[in-house]
Order: sequence, then C-alpha cells, then structure tokens
Amino acid sequence: MTVKTTGAVLAAGAVIALGVARKVSRRGTGTTEPSRWLAVTVNAPPEMVQQRLRDAMAELDVETRVAPAPGGRGTEIAARLRNAATGPARRLAGSDPRQDVRRRLREVKSLVEADEVVLPDESTTGRPTPGGALVRLATRRAGGEGRL
Amino acid sequence: MKAVCWQGINKLTTETVPDPEIRNDQDVILKVRLSTTCGSDLHLIGGYVPAMEAGDVLGHEFLGDVVEVGPGVRSHKVGDRVVVASFIGCGRCWYCQNDLWSLCDNTNTNPGIASMAYGYEAGGIFGYSHAMGGFRGSHAEYVRVPFADYGAFAVPPQVDDLSALFVSDSVPTGWMGADLGGVRPGDVVAVWGCGAVGQMAARAAMLLGAERVISIDRYPERLAMTERYIGSETIDYSNTDVGAELRERTGGRGPDVCIEAVGMEAHSSGPHHLYDQVKQQLRLESDRPTAVREAIHACRKGGTVFVLGVFGGLVDKFPLGAVINKGLTVRGAQQHGQRYIPMLLDRIAAGDIDTRHLATHELGLEDGAKGYDLFKHKKDGCVRAVFNPATASPARTG
Repeated sequence: MTVKTTGAVLAAGAVIALGVARKVSRRGTGTTEPSRWLAVTVNAPPEMVQQRLRDAMAELDVETRVAPAPGGRGTEIAARLRNAATGPARRLAGSDPRQDVRRRLREVKSLVEADEVVLPDESTTGRPTPGGALVRLATRRAGGEGRL
Repeated sequence: MKAVCWQGINKLTTETVPDPEIRNDQDVILKVRLSTTCGSDLHLIGGYVPAMEAGDVLGHEFLGDVVEVGPGVRSHKVGDRVVVASFIGCGRCWYCQNDLWSLCDNTNTNPGIASMAYGYEAGGIFGYSHAMGGFRGSHAEYVRVPFADYGAFAVPPQVDDLSALFVSDSVPTGWMGADLGGVRPGDVVAVWGCGAVGQMAARAAMLLGAERVISIDRYPERLAMTERYIGSETIDYSNTDVGAELRERTGGRGPDVCIEAVGMEAHSSGPHHLYDQVKQQLRLESDRPTAVREAIHACRKGGTVFVLGVFGGLVDKFPLGAVINKGLTVRGAQQHGQRYIPMLLDRIAAGDIDTRHLATHELGLEDGAKGYDLFKHKKDGCVRAVFNPATASPARTG
C-alpha cells in the first residue's frame, strides 16, 4: 500500500469516525436506537403509498405509520421493529435487522416515485486491492445504512 | 469495449471491459461520440474521494447516440443523438420536481456512504465513485444511462458534437453559479478560475445582465482565452493582490457576486497555499479552500459567494467571521443540469454561448492516461482533453 493509498484509507476512516462520533454523542438523549422509528418521505399521496408499504413490510415484525407530510411534500412513512436484537456489532456484521427496514423503506419510496429501484452498473473491477475490499464492504452495507 | 479505468492513485489505463447492459426499464445504452475530462475527475484520480475500486470507468460529461432502449423509456429511440446531464435524476422525487436534480433521492445506489459523510446523500453521477452511486463513466465506447427520459436531451441538428458536449456539465454548472448566485442586471461579478466551468460562469453572468465580469486565474493562455471567447476582464493572481485589484475596479465596494470555480485542489501564490498543501497531504484537511477564502474576503458587504468547485470533505481556516459580519450569502451545489440544458442548447444554437474553444485536445480512448496528464498539468495549453472513441489517437492536438 502506497503512502497516498494509506492516506486515502485514513481519510475515509476519519470521515467514518466522525460519523460514529456523532452517533455516540447523540446517545443518552432519550429514545434508544432499537425503538426509534425509521422514516422517509415519499413524494406521493398516502393512498399511493399504503399498499406498497404493507407489502414491503409483510415479512417483518414491525409497526408502521403513514401520515401526510407538511407543506404538500407527500407522505411520511415510518417503520420500527417490535422485537429484534440490534446493536453496533450486528450493524458492523451486516446482520442488524434495522438495515433491512431501511432498505425496504427506500425501495418503497423509489417504486412509488420512480417506478423502479435503480441498480448500479456491473463492476468492471479487474483485480482485488485492499482499498477496493473496503469499498466493497461499504457498498454491501450502504443500502441498509445512512440516516433515515 | 474499450474504457479509461482508474487503477489506483494517479494511475490510469485503457482496458477492455464488458459492454454495459440495460439493467432497469428506464435505461438507454449510448454509443459515446465524445466524452471530456473534468477538473473534478482529478480529485478521484488523486485519491481525494476514497471510494474508487481498481477498474472503475471514469468520465461524466458526454454525448452519444442511443443504440438500445429499455421498455420503460418514452422520449428516446434508437439513433437519437443526445447529450446527458452528468447527475442522474429520477424526475419524480421532491428534489427533481423542484429542479434540484443533483439532490435526487432515488439515484444514489449507495446512500449509506455519502449520508455518513454529509448527513444526507446526493444523487448518483456517472463515473464518480461508489459513494456517488457506482455508475460507470463515459470514457468508454458505450455507457448506460438510467432514467433517460429525464437526463438525456436530443441535440438540435444545427448544434455540432463539440458544441453540445459541454452542455452535459460545464455549461449548466457555470450557468447555475450565476443563476443561483443571484446575478442581476448591473452587478459586478468576479469568477475564480478560467477553466471550462469558470469561463461558462462568466459568460452566464454576462447573459444575465452583469455590467462587469472579472475572471481570475494565473495561466496566461487561459486568461487570454477568457478575454477572447468570453469577453470578461481578467486578473492574473500570480502578479497582483487580487483583493486590492478588485477593490480598485469596483470603486472600493467589492464584487456583488463572487463565483468560485476552482475546487478542492486550489492553488494560490501566498504562504497559506503551502500550509493547505501540507495539511491536505497529511490528511489533516481533505480540501484546499484557498479560492473560497479569497472570494469571501473580496465580496462586498451583503453580497453572495457561490461555491461551484467540487469539495469532498473538511476544510481548515474557513472565514466564518467574515460571512457573519459582512452579512454574506454563501451557497453551493453540484449541478442541476436538467434544469438548464434545454435552454442552454437553444442558446448555443442561437450563438449566445461558444464552447468549441474549450476542447483544446482530442484523443482516442487508448490515450486516456495521456489526456489526463495533459489536462492535469495544463500542458500544451490544455483546457479540456476530449476523448473520441471512434478515433485513433492523436486526432487533434493544440
């Protein structure tokens, strides 16, 4: 690994560390993570959203809620797990069930708004590298991560 | 097919990769006619956006012919010659419907990466790392275009390829800086950077009614090109105090609107450049905001600073005190191309905007690394290196 590659990895690490630090700093403010609602706003009226949301969450043990968004911005949809083991270790391992909830909420939004969930292009990567392994790890988690 | 691929920091090769395929119903496949280098690519190539994999295809500013159409596409057919907005917009989320296309909610396939860094993710973009969606770039013989009904625009027959090429990104980016910067008739506008985007921002400011436009750079050939083709005044920052020069030219007020079109690898002639370079190399800051700082200091009280240059992360010594105490409006955005492209194609057809001079070098795909070397180091007066997949290099230089 070259000095510059090391630097780039460190930079990525610094950004991720900043995100983690922000998360840690938010702890103790009341609602615990497993019981927090995960929400997205869909640019469509509630009647166009409800059935898709029910279908998407049918296999999961979740509560859902649907409400008009203020200012004519569409519909706020939210879901939270009733009983599930979550936590940082599961999140890092990619087995936190909240990741699946986030992914499904995003898919409902895309399907209602844009009629499809856009896919990335097939990879043109020809050889494995340490930096590439980190990017692949991040992209495997990315659909179930982020702020919702 | 052939494609220009990133292989590691400052390492590019031209490879044979699988042809792209229709992956969603609203996709088209284009046979690329022309695809140009962009300053923001240099941040990827240099490793400042650490979300690239070896083998990723670069390029996001392009036009081509439609050769395959997905079953959900309504506006395009095989054979159409189209220019494509570099950011991908679904056209129906709240952001797209409010003409904030680069903020599309539905086109970044890896939202968790960018939202960790920025709070929320931006939309997807061609050839701009996995943090921005993982879409292949356009420095290739073929490229897949998702949501083509919204992002691909038919080029009028009277507009040639080279004129249309820059409507993909440079022209709308420059226009957006002047438009969202709030340029009004009678304004004095200063533009940092005489690359393609800076030149187009200066031209846009003129067309929006600015009374004086002053462009700032240090390369004599770029300053001369800007004077000749854009018609703005210029300042060579390597031999004068920019702040003092702007005060002198604006009756002591400072410019009404300052547009920064430089980005995270800015250069300056002062000691702060060395400071920023050391910090950036040590990864203690990710971006060098030299031109942004200068624009904030130079701007008149109550004026607007628009940041058009691409920044990726964190900066140091940001003059927040000047922003507050001078009552400045500071804005920034990645380009909302779909908002402007139809109007800009009309303006190019009418002769209001000239772009052909930006393409100083034209090469084949096999010369990808050479093209970026010319572009990055501004060798041989290079402003933009343009790749033509149908041409064996070198087609045209200088």
